[in-house]
Amino acid sequence: MSKATVADPRSRAGSRLRGSLPPLARLVGRQPIGTAFVTPYVAFLVAVFAYPLVFAVWMSFHDYFFTAPGAGVPHPFVGLDNYATVLGDDQVRQAFLNIAVFLVVNVPLTVVLSLVLATALNAKIPFRSFFRAAYYVPYVTASVAAVGVWLWLFSDGGLVNSLLGPLAPDPSWLVSSTLAMPLIAVFVAWKQMGLSVLLYLAALQNVPRELYETASVDGAGRLRTFWSVTVPGVRPATMLVVILATIVGANLFTEPYLLTGGGGPDGASASPVLVMYQKGIEQGDPDVASALGVVLVVCVLAISLLSKRFLERGDR
Amino acid sequence: MTTTRQEQARRQVSARDDGVRTPAPRLPRRVGRSTVLWLTVLTTGALVFLFPFWDMLVGALQRHTDPGPGGAVPTPGNLTLHNFTAIDHAISLGRTLLSSGIFTGGVLLCTMVLGLLAGYALAVLDFRGRGSLFAVVLLVQVVPFQLLMIPLYVLIVRAYGLADSYLGMILPFAVNPTAVFVFRQFFVSLPRDLFEAARLDGASELKILLRVAVPLCKPALLTAVLVTFIGPWNEFLWPFLVVKDAGKQPLAVALAGYISDAGRGADNPVGAILAGACVLAAPAVALFLAFQRHFTNTNLGSSVKG
Repeated sequence: MSKATVADPRSRAGSRLRGSLPPLARLVGRQPIGTAFVTPYVAFLVAVFAYPLVFAVWMSFHDYFFTAPGAGVPHPFVGLDNYATVLGDDQVRQAFLNIAVFLVVNVPLTVVLSLVLATALNAKIPFRSFFRAAYYVPYVTASVAAVGVWLWLFSDGGLVNSLLGPLAPDPSWLVSSTLAMPLIAVFVAWKQMGLSVLLYLAALQNVPRELYETASVDGAGRLRTFWSVTVPGVRPATMLVVILATIVGANLFTEPYLLTGGGGPDGASASPVLVMYQKGIEQGDPDVASALGVVLVVCVLAISLLSKRFLERGDR
Repeated sequence: MTTTRQEQARRQVSARDDGVRTPAPRLPRRVGRSTVLWLTVLTTGALVFLFPFWDMLVGALQRHTDPGPGGAVPTPGNLTLHNFTAIDHAISLGRTLLSSGIFTGGVLLCTMVLGLLAGYALAVLDFRGRGSLFAVVLLVQVVPFQLLMIPLYVLIVRAYGLADSYLGMILPFAVNPTAVFVFRQFFVSLPRDLFEAARLDGASELKILLRVAVPLCKPALLTAVLVTFIGPWNEFLWPFLVVKDAGKQPLAVALAGYISDAGRGADNPVGAILAGACVLAAPAVALFLAFQRHFTNTNLGSSVKG
């Protein structure tokens, strides 16, 4: 789907045509005013993406600290010192472990439930747009507002615990070192599910009808058909959902900050971004925080590539 | 044995009956059964997804919030708007909403003007560097904010002195890359002749943009507004870093501060928090419900695919 929209045949035709143009037009294009139209956006990209990106990497290799504006303090090159600090830090290791827990809970939950819900939505059933909207409402809601309710629902004497009665966990969800992070993973699954349902719905509509007919002719049951036709058919969407979950997990801040009161109990639900905030801004070590950011991004890229490799293998 | 045979007979009869009305006799019955199954699945899902919102609303309207199951049922004698007064008293809804509005409005304005210009140029105009710029537009959608958080903080707050300012809040969000993509996709889908005809008539590129492209782009504009709105309106981390002055904090930041303080100074802190959550959630949810058919899967799918 994206390939069809992204690869624009006209732009290729346009550049081929450029060969027959006068030399000036060949150099600047047929409508050079386009450059003027995009200049503000390019300036924005340079100021907000390119320059800070380079600055972050530079900072991670230097001894950087906050100074008064304009103070000419040298920031000596320190090689991999900041990275050594990051990798040797227990808090950081704990935060990365927490994200692993997050992914282990969040990814299967999101993939299974959103595929089931999307399959249900794809069947010819009434009230489709109502259901679609219902799943999407948490996605458009501010995390801060949603956290307000979840705090109450999962508090010690909250609704969930009073429904569970004697089965209620002790210590309660948000203050339990084993349950705090899984609960954050469930919260995020609930909040982001609408998007993955939409992605799966689009993918389901692209699975060729003939495959279902063939499966039916071969006498495959409904579950068998689902497993052998639907699941492989939506693999690109699964890949995307896994990558999105990784990105969301790596970006986690509001939930551990508010839902579990600053990554509690005792760092059991701290996320790397929360640690980055604590180290970089609260404790004034932006160089160490930048190194942590670089490590985090490298991890996200690695997981994205791995899941791409792993989930694409079936297609070959 | 007899029952099965009877049932078989009845099935045959009903099949024949159905056969009179529909060409595929056994299909309606099977579809009926699976429809019930799927409806059950979907309804259960919808209840799970929507219950927290129901609870938010009921809790916000109750004088005494009951954390148990009874708290989810509104009781007439217990209803009040007092919680909204309490949260207004604590974090001044008027001021924080105004701040959220300026932050979101600034981002929307920049995105609609600069994003439209860029999206239009990328789709319609032939200029040097267009291909590489489009590649960059796709790339920046996947640049993670967590890597940029520290350098942006150092630059905007420390170097440029934009702490506690709307400009500092707006700057990193000024042009939403997804909206640029939405505009670009919209203009690509328009017939090329439209613009060529205007060019042959001797219209300048600026005139073509203002007289031809802008009047046509309402559907893309609406999608772009919806996609862009939820970003700054719901954003917590960045304004939290930049704005420490309570007079300029957007609602999300002020409410988060109030939650961290466990609802200081209110006789019903949970009710006040939930009332604030309702006020924060309402605009985005209302916008989404009003224009939900514009939140199509293709737009969102292509945007996250980057």
